[in-house]
Amino acid sequence: MNTVLVANRGEIAVRVIRACRALGLRTVAVYSEADRGAMHTRLADCAVCIGPAAATQSYLSAPALLATARGTGADAIHPGYGFLAENADFAAACVEAGLTFVGPSAEAIRAMGDKVHARERAAALGVPTVPGSRAPVGDTAEAQAVARDVGYPVLLKAAAGGGGRGMRVVRAAGELAAAFAAARAEAEAAFGDGRLYVERFLERVRHVEIQILADRFGAAVQLGERDCSVQRRHQKLLEEAPSPAVTPAIRAAMGESALRLVADIKYENAGTVEFVLDPATDRFYFIEMNTRIQVEHPVTEMVTGVDLVAAQLRLAAGERLPFAQADVTIAGHALECRINAEDPDAGFRPTPGRIARWSPPEGEGLRVDTHVETGAVVPPFYDSLLAKVIAHGRDREAALARMASALARFAVDGVATTLPVHRRILAHQDFVAGGIHTRWVEDELGR
Amino acid sequence: MDLSYDDVQQILKIIDASSVEELHLEIGELKLVVRKRGSRAEVTETSADPPRAAATREPVAAAPSGPSRQRRAAEGEFELKAPMVGTFYRAPRPGAPPFVEVGSEVGPDDVVCIIEVMKLMNSITIGRRARIVDILVDNAQLVEFGQPIMIVAPA
Repeated sequence: MNTVLVANRGEIAVRVIRACRALGLRTVAVYSEADRGAMHTRLADCAVCIGPAAATQSYLSAPALLATARGTGADAIHPGYGFLAENADFAAACVEAGLTFVGPSAEAIRAMGDKVHARERAAALGVPTVPGSRAPVGDTAEAQAVARDVGYPVLLKAAAGGGGRGMRVVRAAGELAAAFAAARAEAEAAFGDGRLYVERFLERVRHVEIQILADRFGAAVQLGERDCSVQRRHQKLLEEAPSPAVTPAIRAAMGESALRLVADIKYENAGTVEFVLDPATDRFYFIEMNTRIQVEHPVTEMVTGVDLVAAQLRLAAGERLPFAQADVTIAGHALECRINAEDPDAGFRPTPGRIARWSPPEGEGLRVDTHVETGAVVPPFYDSLLAKVIAHGRDREAALARMASALARFAVDGVATTLPVHRRILAHQDFVAGGIHTRWVEDELGR
Repeated sequence: MDLSYDDVQQILKIIDASSVEELHLEIGELKLVVRKRGSRAEVTETSADPPRAAATREPVAAAPSGPSRQRRAAEGEFELKAPMVGTFYRAPRPGAPPFVEVGSEVGPDDVVCIIEVMKLMNSITIGRRARIVDILVDNAQLVEFGQPIMIVAPA
């Protein structure tokens, strides 16, 4: 591997280019017309305009990317996250074109891409999944039987579902018949499909995920967890490692579960296995696997000292994992705040525009991953992530103090950002105490 | 009614932004047919081209394989820009004579070059009668989206 085409934009393109440079690899940046002059295009060894602003005609255009790789002599493609990162057809097309796809095989992406099948596969391996009916239930009696097995409260969920319609929480057996009828009618009206699943309703859970690395020779390690419970409408805002709710026993069991899945699908490269954790019972349940580098990967890097993007490149080049599980140590505590171009006072509306002033914090134990600088323009076409502020400290308290101080010093003019929300979270007693859950932001900080 | 070049550009923009695939327009003697499929290159008047290279930072290096020669269109000439990223070919196949040479006169539907994107050969036409003033890219080079590939003059 000599030359890596970075098929992405924004902070992750900058991050990947930096990792390539550290390994002595040449880089090719690609950009849409809306990103002309962007930081990633200037850091790379060369940059090619691949299309107009619309992502479908630029960053999502496999032909444009593959033609650019061929024309520039690139022999590998790093997809970053988002865009084509979890597109199995694109991964296969790269391989067909004689390029190294920096990520897992197309088969592994496919195996984990179908969420229902991924959960069935996990369950078959003995990895815990949310208890419930395997198939849609036919009537109230059947629903009663499942609910008795898994225990109340249960969630009735439309098989065709989405957006909360056809969903009912049932807290006691006496409420089930009425709720079943209502949910079925709602599902039929909304989706033309009244089939319902019954599963255990998990309240006040945490989102905890395990980072893994695997080579093509069957060796795999887990690098501990990240807690991503601070979310707004399923969008992660802040992540940390280790999780305040994870004990060494949970960590070991969760990590072992993740590695069992990795071994079964012969996964290679970096990946993340996501779980929900019920702190009331210390039980965890597999949700899905993300077959790419994640936005929040730096918190794991800060506590393990492992450069995950460099590891991705080395593993894709066919190298062996350079360390074993026993060599993985977690040192201190790390937090990441995602600073988005969104206006928290206007329902988190995206705020594209020109950055009049960009003055990120600097200091010991701080890292800011960004593609933004003073004068940069945030185009309206892509996601709103401006920067990730990552703080590391010897323990959680030290990391929190460092992050609070960093956020206080971070000055951005020109567009509204989510900085004020992060300052509020960092100062909130519930968060400081470590006792929050995935609905906490909506409950506590409003919409 | 007279339809100016600018009017046509306006019409093309509107169609481009819409879901219309094909448009037939007849105004008196004038007949205009626009089809969205295919790959007609955009022809822009250089004088109207915003000086974006000066206004924004350019990448440290342009496409490594074939940056355009820095010839700008003179008064009354136009830049033919690559409508897609890909490999620029001057001839239909290796060894064949090129589609055009400097000085060639072409009709609106005459192919002037090919841009290959993953084995898909996209025939590029100018969309009007024109004379080739200059060819800015060498054969078999990568061209970027929007990169000037030829200077042409209306004929």
